[in-house]
Amino acid sequence: MLSPPRHAPLVTTPMLITLGVLATTPLWLAHVGLYQYLALEIMIWMLFALGHNLLLGYGGLPSFGHGAYFGVGAYAFGLLQLRGGAGLVLGLIGAVLATAAIAALVAAFISHRRGIYYALLTIAFGQVAWFIAGKWHTVTGGEDGLLNIKRPDLSLGFVDIPLRSNEAFFYFALAVFALALIGLWRLVNSPFGRVLRAIKQNEMRAAFVGHNVWLYKWLAFTISAMVAGLAGALFAMAQQSAYPNVMSLHSSGFVVMMVLIGGGLVSFWGPVIGALVFILTRDLLGAYTETWLLWYGLVFIAMVLFQPDGVAGGWQAWRARRALAARDRGNDKQNHNHNVPLAAQTRET
Amino acid sequence: MSVALFEARQLHKRFGDQVVLESISLKFEEGELTGIMGPNGAGKTTCFNVLTGRFKPDRGSVRFAGEDITGLSPRQIARKGLSRSFQIMNLFDDETALDNVLIASPGVRRRGFSMWSDFGRDTAARDAAFAVLDRVGLAAKADAQAGSLSYGERRALEIGVALATEPRLLFLDEPTAGLGAEGTARVAELIATLKRQLTIVIIEHDMRFLFGLADRISVIHWGQVIAEGTPDELRENPWVQRSNLGMMS
Repeated sequence: MLSPPRHAPLVTTPMLITLGVLATTPLWLAHVGLYQYLALEIMIWMLFALGHNLLLGYGGLPSFGHGAYFGVGAYAFGLLQLRGGAGLVLGLIGAVLATAAIAALVAAFISHRRGIYYALLTIAFGQVAWFIAGKWHTVTGGEDGLLNIKRPDLSLGFVDIPLRSNEAFFYFALAVFALALIGLWRLVNSPFGRVLRAIKQNEMRAAFVGHNVWLYKWLAFTISAMVAGLAGALFAMAQQSAYPNVMSLHSSGFVVMMVLIGGGLVSFWGPVIGALVFILTRDLLGAYTETWLLWYGLVFIAMVLFQPDGVAGGWQAWRARRALAARDRGNDKQNHNHNVPLAAQTRET
Repeated sequence: MSVALFEARQLHKRFGDQVVLESISLKFEEGELTGIMGPNGAGKTTCFNVLTGRFKPDRGSVRFAGEDITGLSPRQIARKGLSRSFQIMNLFDDETALDNVLIASPGVRRRGFSMWSDFGRDTAARDAAFAVLDRVGLAAKADAQAGSLSYGERRALEIGVALATEPRLLFLDEPTAGLGAEGTARVAELIATLKRQLTIVIIEHDMRFLFGLADRISVIHWGQVIAEGTPDELRENPWVQRSNLGMMS
């Protein structure tokens, strides 16, 4: 169960592996028959899913309308650039703040709820956002969306780095991803993250020991949506457009499927695994059959039935079994160590 | 006469047409251990829920340490130094015993909105939490997941979490529910060590347990306080005698 390490270092081994693998993709991706844009898209979905899991995995708050905030980020970035002439950094900050403002308002309406009512409200608000995006032609461009969104140069003062190529933009997005990853890792291991988890496990008790449950839920939703907005802004640059489809119930469902398949309920890394599996499946299976989503859906059903803790959960269970076996072997040799609880031996790193 | 630490006056609470608390007035003096007893369905737990903010009373007032706390939320009441345990256990099951206590501590409550600092690095808070576990006899289980503890250990942790908020007044709702004789004796021992350190109010079925520990006892029946007094005074009470308690003495 999402066991946190007692001390959470700023940077961890899985973090270095994830960033390392992503950073080297320009060297090997083409050789295995894939393409750089795929890595970019996977990374953006990883970010979106990580943000979603703050709410679902850590807060126990199911949002089935998170595509809306991804979309708000994408549209806000596009509008700031096309109408306001904002550059890269200003555009990103503006997109995140715009998402925060809208999410904060929505969160104010839903944070006194939980469970199914919470989920239904997130769907309702998500649909409202999707509908507005599709119909408000003068601002959002209607069904066509916003076209010709550029990838502005990264201006460092003394030098301007162009981000037009997929490789250059990938590295910029990787830097943003790395910062967000470290930030989220800190967050879930901070007092805030731990109280949020406690609220997930027992909301009533959390209130009775004096925590402001509503405020935690409100903040969790807002922060989670801000991460989605950041991912959406990157996506607008990646796609060089923003369109209503990303705000659909469909798209909101995809991120939930990523988080659950990867194992977001039991691991910080679940959403990362899930986004990788989902987009890769889409691309590889999608090359063979148009009905890839059907097969993916069936796998999803099987997962929920037989391995509800996802890929990460399977990995943790395997490690726990190994630790147990090793302990038993140790016990046979010299009968000690049996007081060490298993939970302490299989902590997530 | 001195002002009581906690005073409830004329509490009235109904659910639909059912009046659960008719008119309850209770006083708890600082440093005393008060027991609340009564038959099943007498309104004991509802009374607790009203006193600790889970339900708002329809009429009546609750004062704590000279302040009117009627109708405040559980969070606000907890922050004023009132804490409670639950009859049906309410723990953070995925957390270790130590983290259960830590999450309930005022230190984490104050730092709760800190989003960058490391939860695990606050050694002072950790030591304080460990001391609480030690008080309830769970020091050896600090690293065990709350969900994996035995029933008796979970009962002790339930009290530990309530204690962790550093309350002035501690409400315990049937702390021996479901425990055998041995477990009950252990809880009695624990509560005896807490006595005098803080003001305690206990709802309990087990009369022997309550008569052994309490300074004063209130008997609730039909949503009213039907008798009050020291254990010795209450042994003379006809209702208490009718419930076969007289046989104890």
